[in-house]
Amino acid sequence: MSNLSLIIWIPLLPLAGFILLGIFGRKYVGKAAGLLATATMLASTLIALYIAYGYFTQYAGNYPKLVPVNYTWLSFANGLSINMGALLDPISAMMIVVVTFISLMVHIYSLGYMKGDERFPTYFAFLQLFTFSMLGLVLASNIFQTYVFWELVGVSSFLLIGYYYDKPSAVAASKKAFIVTRFADLGFLIGILILSYFSGTLDFNTMIGSLTDPNSVQLQSAASHTFLGVSALTWGAVLVFMGGAGKSAMFPLHIWLPDAMEGPTPVSALIHAATMVVAGVFLVARIFPILSISTPVVLEVVGWVGAVSAVIAAIIACTQTDIKRVLAYSTMSQIGFMMFALGVSKYGGESGLGFTASMFHLFTHAMFKALLFLGAGAVIHYIHSNEMKDMGGLRKYLPITHITFLLACLAIAGVPPFAGFFSKEEILLAAYENNPAIYYIALVTSGVTAFYMFRLYFMIFWNKNATVHHEHHHGEGGFAMMLPLLILALGAVGAGFIPFGHFVSSDGLTLESHFDLQFSAAPVALGLAGIFLAMWMYKKENNKPQQFATALSGFYKAAYHKFYIDEIYLFVTKKIIFNLVGRPAAWIDRNVVDGMVNLAGNSTVFVSEKIKKFQSGKVQQYAIWFLVSAVLIAALFIYVWK
Amino acid sequence: MQPGLFHILFISTTLFFLGVYGFFTRRNLITMLMSLELILNSVNLNFIAFNKYLWPGQMEGLFFTVFIIAIAAAEAAVAIAIIINLYRSHRSIDVESAEEMKY
Repeated sequence: MSNLSLIIWIPLLPLAGFILLGIFGRKYVGKAAGLLATATMLASTLIALYIAYGYFTQYAGNYPKLVPVNYTWLSFANGLSINMGALLDPISAMMIVVVTFISLMVHIYSLGYMKGDERFPTYFAFLQLFTFSMLGLVLASNIFQTYVFWELVGVSSFLLIGYYYDKPSAVAASKKAFIVTRFADLGFLIGILILSYFSGTLDFNTMIGSLTDPNSVQLQSAASHTFLGVSALTWGAVLVFMGGAGKSAMFPLHIWLPDAMEGPTPVSALIHAATMVVAGVFLVARIFPILSISTPVVLEVVGWVGAVSAVIAAIIACTQTDIKRVLAYSTMSQIGFMMFALGVSKYGGESGLGFTASMFHLFTHAMFKALLFLGAGAVIHYIHSNEMKDMGGLRKYLPITHITFLLACLAIAGVPPFAGFFSKEEILLAAYENNPAIYYIALVTSGVTAFYMFRLYFMIFWNKNATVHHEHHHGEGGFAMMLPLLILALGAVGAGFIPFGHFVSSDGLTLESHFDLQFSAAPVALGLAGIFLAMWMYKKENNKPQQFATALSGFYKAAYHKFYIDEIYLFVTKKIIFNLVGRPAAWIDRNVVDGMVNLAGNSTVFVSEKIKKFQSGKVQQYAIWFLVSAVLIAALFIYVWK
Repeated sequence: MQPGLFHILFISTTLFFLGVYGFFTRRNLITMLMSLELILNSVNLNFIAFNKYLWPGQMEGLFFTVFIIAIAAAEAAVAIAIIINLYRSHRSIDVESAEEMKY
């Protein structure tokens, strides 16, 4: 492939769009900003598709890791440099397609959704920045480049979550997202430093090469240095995973995710489907060879964190009443699936099924989760409320949204033959073969998933009859909003038929995935049971949900309050950290540090008060002082020092 | 009688102390400035004299003198500017009237 260097245009086009709209957007571009941004995104998507198509056809079956572009940015020592480049391997080829495609859909959708917004061009500038950062992240050839774009993703999510900056809750949410992920990024940075210190490089390929080869000096030294009884290598890997867990909203760093719903709905779709939250999964997948070959312990941690996040999020999702929060928790749950799929996987061959399954799920999830969010956006656009209580019976008013939303729900619930079925079956199969405990958790979770998704679906589109609807009917939203829904619905239905193992696997070789009907029976049956339970409880307005809630009162309340995790965080930060660390530090700052500065200032004032009488304003007096001193000094020179 | 180094040093010392005396006793700023010029010129004389009688083959003394004249001119310009401003605000060029310009 001779045109591989085209790859740099994939992130550069959105960057150009961002700079153009960021600087000139509000003054000169105005309404055309949306079309301009969508055009750059379309070009970027086409290039990404072209590159990915070329890559997957040319190297069919044995995929190399190519570095078509590599520019040395900061060079520290031989082999140790920060590069800006593009690394093309199966996962990054898949990710550029997912990111550009979902971003394109979100751009098109935003044309309709954000129409008439005062800061229309700024919004698109931020979207472009967000896409650029994510593309730079997935293409990174150097772990430090990943980190740079990782932070850029954090900043752009901050900008977009806090887009409605006159809403205090949005400001709080954007701060929370930024601080929580920054806290996790601290771990990531330390992890990078540890890994690069021992491997002597920041380059992904070299680092993975040296840290997975059991005979290499680097690996032996990293494994032999220990801290608190754990080897440096394990620490590095765990800390890098901590960064990934923060971005991917894994328990217990997930608290920012539900609040991040304060941003505009298309942004939520972008964050949840293609950027930001999948960054953590991508990072784990990127350093997967190190984790699976050298530190299986960390992989175990990844698996359990993923599984716990998946089940907790699923339970919380059943009790929430805000449509976007349900979707947020469902994202967290699905990301948990991807994480533990990586956690139960091994490197290479058949046992690498979990890796393929995780990436597959990432791919299909991007389709149906974007669709769910955009559908939810259409509903919110129509009803002007996020609360499910205000909805009901909308299927007659929003026919297209209704059908596409239903398809997405079927996909996420794992009903064959929709997309989620295939990827989830692979994940479950991988878990079943490697870690039965996680398999059973996942099995239950996928049943719960089906339940809460259909709870959402029935409460929006069925339940009570739509009687009290506001007067100004503006229909479903224009063509711009419906087109992405229809395209994504095609993805949600058809994406599962892609033979994913042919393209993406842990070792770059083709993996033949096979389906076992008997194995699929249990999850599908559980999923259908969840759907029928939701139908029984929520299809018509009744008091069954209320009865359930009272029967399970304690547990229900705990789940409704998200298991009080936010409160625990507040307690730890406000009561413990602020009192034990913050206040003493503030006292020292106010009294000791400031005291020394004040002492210097006060003594200067005191001395100058005393000596200022010398400055009398009489010029001739000064001259006499000068003369007398000069004579005295002369006398000294003449008589004393000779 | 040919005037020697001693005579010239005598004149320059006289000029110097005349200048110092004027600078300390006069209250008019212009007069003080003139006294200052006397001091500078006495120094110029010294430079010339030492250059001529002690190191006749060299030029350093002459150059210093030229520098001092140039600086004295600049200094006079600045001083007169200050005096004019003082006159504008105080209607007087008496040095006592500038006394409130202290700390």
